[in-house]
Amino acid sequence: MDLAVEGITCAACMSTIEHGLKALPGVTAARLNLTTHRLAVDWTPAAVDAGQVVRRLEELGYRAHPFDPGRRSAEEEAETRELMRCMGAAGFATMNIMLLSVSVWAGNATDIDGPTRDLFHWVSALIAVPAVFYSGRPFFRSALRALRAYRTNMDVPISIGITLTLGLSIFETMRHAPEAYFDSVVMLLFFLLTGRFLDQNMRRRTRSVAENVAALRAETASRILPDGAVREVPLSKIDPGALVLVRPGERVAVDGVVEDGGSEIDQSLVTGETTHVPVAKGARVYAGTLNVSGALRVRVTAATEGTLLDEVNRLLEAAAQAKSRYMRLADRAARAYAPVVHTAALLTFLGWTVVKGLPVADALVVAVSVLIITCPCALALAIPAVQVVVSGLLFKRGVLLHSGDAIERLAAVDTVVFDKTGTLTLPAPALLDGAAIPTPVLKAAGRLARASRHPLGLALAEATHAAAPPEDAREIPGQGVEAMLDGEMARLGSPAFCGVDPAAVEAMVERRPNASFVAFRHGTAEPVLLAFEQGLRADAVEVVGRLKAAGYRIEILSGDREEAVAEAAAALGVADWRAGLKPADKIARLDALKAEGHRVLMVGDGLNDAPALAAAHVSLSPVTAVHLSQAAADAVFLGDRLAPVAASLKIARAARAAMVENLWISVIYNLIAVPVAVVGLVTPLIAALAMSGSSIIVTLNALRLRLKRA
Amino acid sequence: MDVLIYLIPIAIGLGLVGLFGFMWTLKAGQYDDLEGAKWRILSDDDLPSPAKKD
Repeated sequence: MDLAVEGITCAACMSTIEHGLKALPGVTAARLNLTTHRLAVDWTPAAVDAGQVVRRLEELGYRAHPFDPGRRSAEEEAETRELMRCMGAAGFATMNIMLLSVSVWAGNATDIDGPTRDLFHWVSALIAVPAVFYSGRPFFRSALRALRAYRTNMDVPISIGITLTLGLSIFETMRHAPEAYFDSVVMLLFFLLTGRFLDQNMRRRTRSVAENVAALRAETASRILPDGAVREVPLSKIDPGALVLVRPGERVAVDGVVEDGGSEIDQSLVTGETTHVPVAKGARVYAGTLNVSGALRVRVTAATEGTLLDEVNRLLEAAAQAKSRYMRLADRAARAYAPVVHTAALLTFLGWTVVKGLPVADALVVAVSVLIITCPCALALAIPAVQVVVSGLLFKRGVLLHSGDAIERLAAVDTVVFDKTGTLTLPAPALLDGAAIPTPVLKAAGRLARASRHPLGLALAEATHAAAPPEDAREIPGQGVEAMLDGEMARLGSPAFCGVDPAAVEAMVERRPNASFVAFRHGTAEPVLLAFEQGLRADAVEVVGRLKAAGYRIEILSGDREEAVAEAAAALGVADWRAGLKPADKIARLDALKAEGHRVLMVGDGLNDAPALAAAHVSLSPVTAVHLSQAAADAVFLGDRLAPVAASLKIARAARAAMVENLWISVIYNLIAVPVAVVGLVTPLIAALAMSGSSIIVTLNALRLRLKRA
Repeated sequence: MDVLIYLIPIAIGLGLVGLFGFMWTLKAGQYDDLEGAKWRILSDDDLPSPAKKD
């Protein structure tokens, strides 16, 4: 069984987990992968079950969830393995052919005799031909696919270059020529494969983190069976008409109608609205909303294909289609590059045969050497090298990229649009005026809060760093928690439950219109009111200020009420804001901005943001966002702070500059190399040096980004 | 130069040994967790423990 494990911070966790699990009877092997945070456990089903393993992990302090490796990730795995095998083969061939080539170069300068040189060339050919056919497959396949669709991509000139070089080398060997290019062709392959492997590794790492996050929030619901028993089942197993139980503190997994029970619902992830909505029998609830106070029995109207979700999905699809297909920098370069180079080679051939009257075979050699020396080695590495370095930098700052070209699009942004709830504000409510309340009282309240699953209780426990809950804590649904603390009855819950004077509550509501309240009473002491609010992220003001100073235009598009948005906008100093927006309104606004010629970065987390995230030029989403939004966004950022947003914009600009520099380096290299090749002066030694030299220069230029920030 | 008849096959043979070694490590999954491996050196569970703790 594979588990995604949360909370792994260091290497010590590895041995804690592995030893802790092996101590369980029936567990035969446990191995944690520290790179992907996945745990593989083998056990004998008779002695222990999966639930026990997960419980044991929880005792050790880690949350775990069964991880179901999808078909896609298995394919990825196979692809990575293939790339590595190709790299190994190309590396082997490069080393051995170099060994022979260096001997030939040295021999040509001194006194090598013809038959020995031919032997060396034939041995090189013997290694190079199978190596090229084996290691070149990824490029040939991609080039064929592109050609079949009447397109060209970078792999087309690469494949042509590789095949021609190999062919020419064999031809030259048969002519007993002093030079052959076997070393260049395998070295080129090796460099290209390295670039591709690095690129794929980056995407795989991001995806594995994202998949872990998804697995930890696996979507299940508690189904109430006809006999009254409650069982946790996957969402896909729930049909309309079934009855599910939604406990306080849980997310509602389905769309449905409340059959029984009363509670308050937090819809912020779905509509962006922060105030809780009271629900009772007959009220409609939607998937993705949070049940705040009481247990609900919900009759399902739609589980996997929900009405609200359908609406969002429809918009999402439309937005994704409307999004003009972005032409990546590398593809644009390749499109301009291939015709120029191939024309140059053709002109060279015609020039030598027609004008100079050289034999066709010799002219062909010169023309092919033009193709070899211009084979887009540096060009193919120019962009991936930067992407790999930059994604590493972003990874350290808590930003996970879904696609490499997101960097290029981020660099082009001039407008940043934020969602408010959960994006500018923290995803969970935070305690207000905590300093005004005596510490012992807070500590006691925090301990009680640990016993509760209510979101405010969780927030309170978090804010007070409370210790373990009292043992006899009892949760009274819809009211609060009570327990004996230091010999006296303590209660935490709704103001009425703790006997707070309604007038005091009203006064508090007046002072804090956007807050939610919890009361705490210990023994006969005066009850205390604790106010909670979804506050702005700690560095939101600073980050927005910095973005404005950097010349970005900032806008807030929120589904929340006007007053709440106005307050946040005022605190952040943002003049452009809109409130009460539906998903379609957000898209309309983004379209308007696009029509004005702006490139928009959308930052949002809710279900209502997903279509806008897909429609924007580029998008970011916090890791607390709903699954759909994360999938729609180009990158995900971790943590409680907004700083990654500013960091990614800044890094992306530097990256874009480095990419352009690298492309220019490639162009300049070609400007120097091509004339040399056209006049027929290229020797294999020059080709090999030029090729590796330009590759190393662009790689070093990419690594420079890292030094700048170290 | 007759020595080449022996030297070239030896050189290529050694290279092939390296290549097959690499393929073997790849197949054995030695590149799956580069992060954990460096820490595993420090753990002592492969030593015979003189006194069992638990």
